[in-house]
Amino acid sequence: MATLTLDRPQATTPRPERDARNRRSLVGKVVLYAVLIAAAAVIMLPFFWMVTSSLKSNNQVFTVPIQWFPDPVVWSNYVDIWSKSDMTTWLKNTLILSVTVTFLQVFTGSFAAYGFSKMRFRGRDVLFLAYIGTIAVPWQAYMIPQFILMSRFGLSNTLWAIIALQAFGAFGVFLMKQYYDSIPEELSEAARIDGLSEYSIWRRIVLPLSGPAVATLTLLTFVNTWNDYLGPLIYLRDRDLWTIQIGLKTFVSQYNAEYALIMTGSVLSVLPIAIIFMLGQRYFVQGIATAGLKG
Amino acid sequence: MATTAVPAPTRAPRQRPPGSRLKLRNSLIGWTFILPNFIGFAVLTLVPVLILFYLAFTSWNVFGAAEWVGLENFEKLLGDRTFHTALRNTGYYALMHIPLTLAVSLGLAMLLNTKLRGVAFFRTVAFFPYITSIVAIAVVWNMLFSPESGPVNQILMALGIDNPPGWTTSTTWAMPAVALVSTWRDMGYYMLLFLAGLQAIPGELYEAARVDGANKLQRFWNVTIPSLRPTTFFVTVMLTIASFKIFDLILVMTDGGPGTSTLVLSQYIYRKGFEEQQFGYASAVAIVLFAICITVTVVQFLVNKRRNA
Repeated sequence: MATLTLDRPQATTPRPERDARNRRSLVGKVVLYAVLIAAAAVIMLPFFWMVTSSLKSNNQVFTVPIQWFPDPVVWSNYVDIWSKSDMTTWLKNTLILSVTVTFLQVFTGSFAAYGFSKMRFRGRDVLFLAYIGTIAVPWQAYMIPQFILMSRFGLSNTLWAIIALQAFGAFGVFLMKQYYDSIPEELSEAARIDGLSEYSIWRRIVLPLSGPAVATLTLLTFVNTWNDYLGPLIYLRDRDLWTIQIGLKTFVSQYNAEYALIMTGSVLSVLPIAIIFMLGQRYFVQGIATAGLKG
Repeated sequence: MATTAVPAPTRAPRQRPPGSRLKLRNSLIGWTFILPNFIGFAVLTLVPVLILFYLAFTSWNVFGAAEWVGLENFEKLLGDRTFHTALRNTGYYALMHIPLTLAVSLGLAMLLNTKLRGVAFFRTVAFFPYITSIVAIAVVWNMLFSPESGPVNQILMALGIDNPPGWTTSTTWAMPAVALVSTWRDMGYYMLLFLAGLQAIPGELYEAARVDGANKLQRFWNVTIPSLRPTTFFVTVMLTIASFKIFDLILVMTDGGPGTSTLVLSQYIYRKGFEEQQFGYASAVAIVLFAICITVTVVQFLVNKRRNA
């Protein structure tokens, strides 16, 4: 965040020019705000439409001309959706998966990152190269052998499949290593001299110092797992294992004319993510700035 | 496979120089840190990638065992019309998505690279579509694009376009519709990368250009664009790879249709592999996708290196 809010110091202007400049910059400001507001409106329009449609009765969703605000407001969609779909099961499964995956990814990722960043041993760099190398390999290319392996292990059609799929990503290791590299070597060196074991250095010194990175990884992993559609599509066949994404998709094809209800389901699937994003948005930005630019 | 999953810890050298015991201990401790993640990573990523290269040369399908057939799958690919369509469609999508997203996200980053009050809010808005799920987005946009009474076409008609396109119901407009939606979704992410790049440009460069009498446009072409080159390079690589592996948005929005007008490579892999269970053949298609992504990365890397030299 620090880099993103940091701005160039403005050039100092000589006095006589100042008035003209000020007036011009005021006009510029107004124009800029107008452009920004228009752009924001266009970007958010689909979400606005989604929310208002979820509050309409079904035959009001597609009207000519467009009815921008629901009249009357139909709250009952938000009651009906629970009985017309397995929303409760879907949300429960998705929550279980997201929490487990996030915990595992953060733990194994930050643990491995310590090995890569703070320890020196043979084979370390080759190994890290293997991690980096596979980031460029598209998952779509190896999803079939992965599925075959997973089926051999008997994990297919269980929630474990999704956990295994998401929890050991190279991304987490990469992100955490990037952050650990910025923690001064002297800290762990001093702790080593004081007789702390490597595990204690990780737990008592490095981990507590990497709060922002852990927060970033937590949020990104949670959101990714919550939004994942392809993993559940391939691995979860039983209805009671479905996640919100796969459930919503099936609901859409099943009730393809129930526009208002479909929008209600969409709102419910996005809402938790929207809340998490609002609460922790600076960590998202930070994560992208660190993991993105170094890559 | 278990042997590849757990590589043996490095062996201690025969003649022990002083401190070698410590080194061995260090290696062991280092490995314990990496192992919990590495076991999962190796079994679920590294090994499947290796198996992929074996599978592509076999005729494994639902009826029989994996039989080595050499290059047969790849020869079959050369004459496979549907594969050609998928390849062409993927390229077409990339050709629309890459320049559009580059332009829009750079534009947004330039707009938002000020210290106006409330600018953080606008950044949040631009980034928001990126974190929402593909399914919800695809469903909403499909409705917005509805040809008869969807809002998009109603707005177009109000603007004086009498024959607005049929979007996802039309073979010509389905792919542009998908490209538009994915640009809308991804631009916030690439905008953040560009913003970080813009803020790393030293202010003195602009100051010097201004002293030399460069106007705004000249400053943009001669200061901003060259200074942004590392960022642009990185963004282009990411965008290209992402474009070639486009999958879930297509799956939910159009499912490859109408006809095969939006069938893309990843989806063809999925169809051959999971729907028709021709694992060998699907793996050959997967190798093509893999090769494209690697080639793009390497070529762009080399070009960038030469320009910098």
